[in-house]
Order: sequence, then C-alpha cells, then structure tokens
Amino acid sequence: MNKIIKYVLYDIVRNKIVVAYTLFLLLLSIGLFNLGGSPDKGLLSLLNLVLLTVPLISIVFGTTHFYNSYEFMELLVSQPIRRSRIFLSEYLGVSLSLSAAFLLGVGVPVLLFAPGATGLYLVLTGLFVTFIFVALAFLASVITRDKAKGIGIALLLWFYFALIYDGIVLFILYSFGDYPLEYATLALTALNPVDLGRVLVLLNLDVSAMMGYTGALYKSIFGSGWGVGLAFVVLLLWVLVPLLASRKVFQTRDL
Amino acid sequence: MIAIENLSKTYGKLAVLDNLSVRFEGGRVVSIIGPNGAGKTTMSKCILGMVLPDSGDIKFNGESVLKKHAYRRQIGYMPQIGKYPENMKIRQVIEMVRDIRKDATVIDEELIGLYGLQNMYDKRMGSLSGGTKQKVSAALAFMFDPQVLILDEPTAGLDPISAEILKCKILKEKKKGKLILITSHIMSEVEEVADEVMCLMDGTVKFHDTIKEIKQQANEERLSRAIAKIMNEED
Repeated sequence: MNKIIKYVLYDIVRNKIVVAYTLFLLLLSIGLFNLGGSPDKGLLSLLNLVLLTVPLISIVFGTTHFYNSYEFMELLVSQPIRRSRIFLSEYLGVSLSLSAAFLLGVGVPVLLFAPGATGLYLVLTGLFVTFIFVALAFLASVITRDKAKGIGIALLLWFYFALIYDGIVLFILYSFGDYPLEYATLALTALNPVDLGRVLVLLNLDVSAMMGYTGALYKSIFGSGWGVGLAFVVLLLWVLVPLLASRKVFQTRDL
Repeated sequence: MIAIENLSKTYGKLAVLDNLSVRFEGGRVVSIIGPNGAGKTTMSKCILGMVLPDSGDIKFNGESVLKKHAYRRQIGYMPQIGKYPENMKIRQVIEMVRDIRKDATVIDEELIGLYGLQNMYDKRMGSLSGGTKQKVSAALAFMFDPQVLILDEPTAGLDPISAEILKCKILKEKKKGKLILITSHIMSEVEEVADEVMCLMDGTVKFHDTIKEIKQQANEERLSRAIAKIMNEED
C-alpha cells in the first residue's frame, strides 16, 4: 500500500496547493489568536472559520485531485494490484497530506496559544472533518465521469453541510417550536458532521450556558466522556460510510 | 492459455460484446481485427480487468480472472493511447511499475535500450510526443517477461524503424512460448507477424482461423483480399 501512497504524496506535494493551504491556516490561526483578547475567544473564532474553510478546501481539492489522477489510476489498474488498494492509497494520500497541513496550520498555533482540552477537541474535529470531506469528495468523483459535474456535486455537498443544513434545522425548530425537540435536535446534529464538531467544541467553552434547554441537554450528554466518545464514533461513521460506498462504486466500474 | 466464455458487455443499450467465446493458446501471435467499435479494445480490457463484463467468464490457465489481480503479473499490456500522469518523469513511471511488480524475476530492458529511452529518463510524460509515449508503453509491456502480451494497435503511432524493432521483439517473444494478442488495422503487418486472425464483428467472433486457412478458404494470395472476400460473402 505505502508504495503507491508515496507516489500520490509526491504528486500532491509538487502541486503546492497544500503548502498554500498550510500557510493560509497558519496565518488565520495566528491572526485570530492575536486579535481576540482571550485564548477562548480566539478558539471560538477559529472554530467558526475552520468549520467553514476546511470542508470546502478538502472537498474541492479531493475532487480535483481524483479527476487529475485518472491517468495514474488507469496505469495502475492494468498492473497486478487490487483496485481497492489503488483507491485507498489515493484516499489516504489526499487526506493525510491535508491533515498534515491542518496540524501544522492550526494544531501548532493552538498548542502555543490555547493548549487544553478545548483546543484538542478543535484539532480533532478539524482532522475528522478533513477525512470526512475528502471521503465525500471521492464519492462525488466516482458518481460521475464528468469533471465539471463532479466538482458541482462536491460544491453542492459543501453548501448543504455548511449552510443549507443549518437553515433546515432552524426551520424545523421554528415550525415545531411547541413540541419538545431536545432529542430531535440531538439526532439532527448527528446527521451533520460539521454541526457535530461545532457542538463538541462549543460545549467545552463556557458559551454553552447561553444555549437554553437544548444546550443543557447537550451539556449533559457531551459533557460526559461517554457522550464525547459517542460523538467521535459518529464522526468515524461519517468517514467510513462515504469512503466504503465510493470504494464499492470504484471497484465495480469500468475504467 | 486464455479462454473467454460467453462474455457479454453492454454500454447503455449498445451491446459491445455479445456472448463472445474464444480460446487462445500459448506460442502464437493472434491478430484481432474488426471494424471500429467491434469490441476489440473492450475485449482486451475485460481480460485485464479494467472493464468488468456483465456476464460470462474469462479463464487464465484454467482459473477465472474476475475479481482477481495476481494473474496480471503474467500480462503485459500496451494500450492504444498510453495515458500517463503528466508530471511524472519516464524514470519514475518505470520505477513505480517495477516497484509494484517487485516479484518479477526477469527484467527485460531490451526495448528501453533499443528505443534509447535512457537518454530521455528525465523528461516529463506530459512533454512527450505520442510516439515516444508508445515506446514507453511498449517497454513497460515487455519488461517483466509476461506469459501473455496484449498489444492494442502497437505500431499506430510509431515511426517505421521503431515499428520494425517492435515486430522483431514480438516474433522473438513468440518463440519463447508466449501468447501475443495484437489488435491492428494494418493487414500487411498482420500478415507479417500473426499466426492466427480472429475477426470480431458486432461483439461476436466472425471467424478465427490461421492465416493459411483463411487464404485457402477465400482462394486468394493476399490476406487483405481474402479477409475482405470472407467478410463480404457472409453479409
């Protein structure tokens, strides 16, 4: 497996987008920590920006990389090597390099300016979101052969998870405000990895007191080690489901 | 050596391969001919596992190849149009494939030498001409001393000298008992290197005979004429 990852990584490092991404994250983190008065404020602003940009860059970069590696995969498919190995090497190559960029760009500043459990959750959430959105990117890429369509689907997925989903949740909460919605909200959060990550980090900051009953419920669940563990299991599912689905499609299609 | 059994493949509504059954034995050069879109490339890609058939089976030395990968150690493939990652150098492509096929005991670098590819090792694949890419494809196909060679229009982009080198190499490998499948449209070339001709039409075998038999059957001296005659007769 690592033989092929080596060549995938080599290809990614050469196209310099990952280097630019690292620098961008680094600037963002250092800037936000220096702007805000307390490290907590810095973390909060960083969280919001990370949850917006990391999914976008992961999904767009993942999709374009997949289409640009078509020739590479075609070359390998006629060699004595399993298709799933080619696919997973591509996946790991992309997600590991983006994760490395994230660790350098966000992980190191967080460690310097705001070390602690909240910072750790933020970094873990960012890493999970990277893996999740690269998996979604690969899913979008195996669905269609057309590069423009693939990137379109990828962008739609990002819009959905980053913007539209929150609108839908707000709409539901508003329309059914007369009913007890605590557990429903909890379920709705689990259905969006970005929201799940956000709640996970927010509850470790003191702002959760402002979130009312639902916030209290969240606090009682995510405040415990068991609840945090469960949240990470759900995030892991969010990585595995699109990844395995796209691997299945990749294995049963013609090249 | 390779047996294709009732192979079918459709793209949308178009049946590219229609219940195709055929056997190929070692030590022979088989030329696969047929009109454009007859399913020649699809058949080779099915053998390689790049295209997955809808039904039917392909057996390599008696074992089904579907969903397997190890058998490809014994196959060298030269695609019609070699597509390579643009920013990899020739050296890296060759090293990578060697890395993947590490367990190959014999490394045959004859074609690399004859085509002078060493002098171009540091050129990017994206900057190469079509013909040079073909040379790289040919060198890679023959490199690991495979039992089966699948060459898809191998001489189409090559200059006459390089094409001649390739033909000599094909005949040399045939003597070692290998099976060589060539798709080609150039009849003179088919006559030069092939022992058998298999004609595909609309996804099924139109005929599959030795060159001698085909000439006798049609009562013609030249292969191209003989084939044209057979194809017209049956229409």
